[in-house]
Amino acid sequence: MGVKTLLSHSLRIAWKDLVELFRNRLGLVLLILMPLFMMVMVGFIYPSSGTTATNLPVAIVNEDAGFNNSTIASQAFIMTLQQINSHSSMMALSNASSAADIKSMVQKGDIEGGIIIPSNFTASFATGQQGTLIIVTDQSNPQVSAVIQGTLSAVFTQMGTALAQMNVQNLNPALNSTTSLAVVQPYKITMQGVVAGTPSYFDFIAPGIMAMTVMMSVMTGLPVAISQEKEVGTLDGMMVAPINRLSIILGKTLAQTARGLLQGVVILILAAGLFGVVINGSILLVFALLLLGVFSFVGLGIVITSFAKDQETAQMAMMTLMFPMMFLSGVFFPIQQMPWYMQDISKVLPLTYASQALRKVMVLGAGIPDITTELAVLIGFGIVMTAIAVPVFKRMMTR
Amino acid sequence: MTKAGVSLEEKSQTKTNQPNESIISVQNLTKIFNDFAAVDGISFDVRKGEIFGLLGPNGAGKSTTLRMLSTLARPTKGTATIGGYDIVKNDTDVRKLIGIVSEKMIMYNRLTAKEDLIFFGKLFNIPKDILDKRIDELLELVKLTQWKNSQVGTFSTGMRQRMNVIRALLNMPQVLFLDEPTLGLDPQSSVEIREFIKKLNRENGTTIIITTHMMVEADLLCDRIGIMDHAKIVALDTSTNLKKMISGADTTILDLEIGNLTPPIIEAIRTCKCTDAVTQENSTHLRIIVHGEEAFDSVIDTVREKDGKINSIQSLQPTLEDVFLHITGHQVRDSADQKIPNEMRHRRFGAPAQGRTR
Repeated sequence: MGVKTLLSHSLRIAWKDLVELFRNRLGLVLLILMPLFMMVMVGFIYPSSGTTATNLPVAIVNEDAGFNNSTIASQAFIMTLQQINSHSSMMALSNASSAADIKSMVQKGDIEGGIIIPSNFTASFATGQQGTLIIVTDQSNPQVSAVIQGTLSAVFTQMGTALAQMNVQNLNPALNSTTSLAVVQPYKITMQGVVAGTPSYFDFIAPGIMAMTVMMSVMTGLPVAISQEKEVGTLDGMMVAPINRLSIILGKTLAQTARGLLQGVVILILAAGLFGVVINGSILLVFALLLLGVFSFVGLGIVITSFAKDQETAQMAMMTLMFPMMFLSGVFFPIQQMPWYMQDISKVLPLTYASQALRKVMVLGAGIPDITTELAVLIGFGIVMTAIAVPVFKRMMTR
Repeated sequence: MTKAGVSLEEKSQTKTNQPNESIISVQNLTKIFNDFAAVDGISFDVRKGEIFGLLGPNGAGKSTTLRMLSTLARPTKGTATIGGYDIVKNDTDVRKLIGIVSEKMIMYNRLTAKEDLIFFGKLFNIPKDILDKRIDELLELVKLTQWKNSQVGTFSTGMRQRMNVIRALLNMPQVLFLDEPTLGLDPQSSVEIREFIKKLNRENGTTIIITTHMMVEADLLCDRIGIMDHAKIVALDTSTNLKKMISGADTTILDLEIGNLTPPIIEAIRTCKCTDAVTQENSTHLRIIVHGEEAFDSVIDTVREKDGKINSIQSLQPTLEDVFLHITGHQVRDSADQKIPNEMRHRRFGAPAQGRTR
């Protein structure tokens, strides 16, 4: 049987699957909603570096007893804090009556954190000591308290710098504001990305989710689609036709790939249109990478197909494989954040390389020479898995 | 099974003058699932143009046999050829010759009747113009033409089964396998399907292999019947010859209707020397097994002596059920409901059913 007939049968089967897919209205709607939900959920839940938290409810209490009837230092501090906050609106500031009041407000959940200006604040300055400030955090929510801590520290550093600048200028009136800053802070840090624009978390997850969705569609969709036909009995109809067994799996793979790519396009449109992700690389390369990802996963899908006797088993196999891949392949979290042993596991998962390559291309505008390692891993994994899968599948079909 | 040859000749001569060559030849065919033999070394031949029935209870191995012959399952041992092609080595050639009507409906619910048929037809590489013509003819044949553009999912069970049958005929198979084709159908649809099978056999000369657990169906349809029980073929012959196996020429089963049936009359019949057994069916009917040439007369005489009034007397044929009982020593669980949807739904939980899914 020639390659041409094999392909024409495959296309016929793929077409049949897609007609079925498109006539299933609800399924089609869900197909588009799924990536949308995933993007919205993951994108908004996890904090992105570009847009830090805003309007965190924070209370402030001034217990400054003053020095010589003057509370100049604490008043200046509060004024500067409000000034800075009015620019960035990181916090929603409110006043509390006492330190104890702040604690009870945190316990009630009215505020996420508090700032206490102790009674000796102005006195410390007047006597030439450091002024201490106390930040109260909500330990039940470490993530938010970390954000508050970070935010307030930034504010205090800024204020401290301004204060120091003033002092330096007092000491040496010859210095202006720029030169005094150079004395206080000799180092200045400027961030510069590889590409223009501020990075957002969507830039990170959009390529990952795309890679995951497309590859999962063959790895999991394929076993489910075939075991379903096996259960209903329609697979027999194809099996008694004088066609090459491979055209069944090829046709099914084509249909699942098309489905996965459709979802990938939905994600791409959502990411670019709704979440402002800028695609810096070539779109063609993005799709080529997705197809390569499909190739590297199809073998795994076929192996699951061959071993899963019914739909339920196939679905369970899918969940078992999908979860570790989702979380260990750097789709949602950078793998660099994981402990070393988890990083090692993630290095053997092909999805890691697929999402990494896709991220490089989409966000950083990388070309083929920049992703040769990823390409080599994906191609190698695909060849090995296919070599295992085809004989296994042929045996399964004629048991 | 040597008896089969003689009896078949009588029958096939009365039917048509088809040559007596065999189209399917099965030798020592065996299928073992784990440690369980679903089919245990069966051998038989099917002749070109005949309707061959595999009769037996659920789990006897009928469907597994059919699946092996239709290349859907590989035999563990033994061989079979269809039209001269080996079912394992030349499976693609075999597939071109055969069609299979499974107990499961092989069709896609979201495709229309026509799309479904085109899909399967194209897998057989039938050129488009020929395929279109054939689909129209087949749809017309089973009166589904007006529904050809409706999705199959909207069809009734009877319509779906008719679709299921014509799907198997797209490649004009020389051999058609039917696995419980009337399972779950109402009597009227069953009759329609049976008539269709007969017509196909008569007009196209299609060889038909049918599995069923319904005695009546096998009796009505099949030229020869292989009775399967516990993975083996325990008897194979024409329906008439199978029945002769138990009755013999000498024994007759009589159904006697006596208007004024009284215990003395029954007792008189029971003591009659030609009587083997008497069963009272209801207040007026008796079922009597008698032997000998004069059995008829002596029963009538006995009844009249006791002033019995005979309303009717009828000589009964033994049924295939009697045959099955006689050969296997146990009853066929002859209920069409036993095997239907429930099993399909719960299959995944039950290990024994796996044999059938393969």
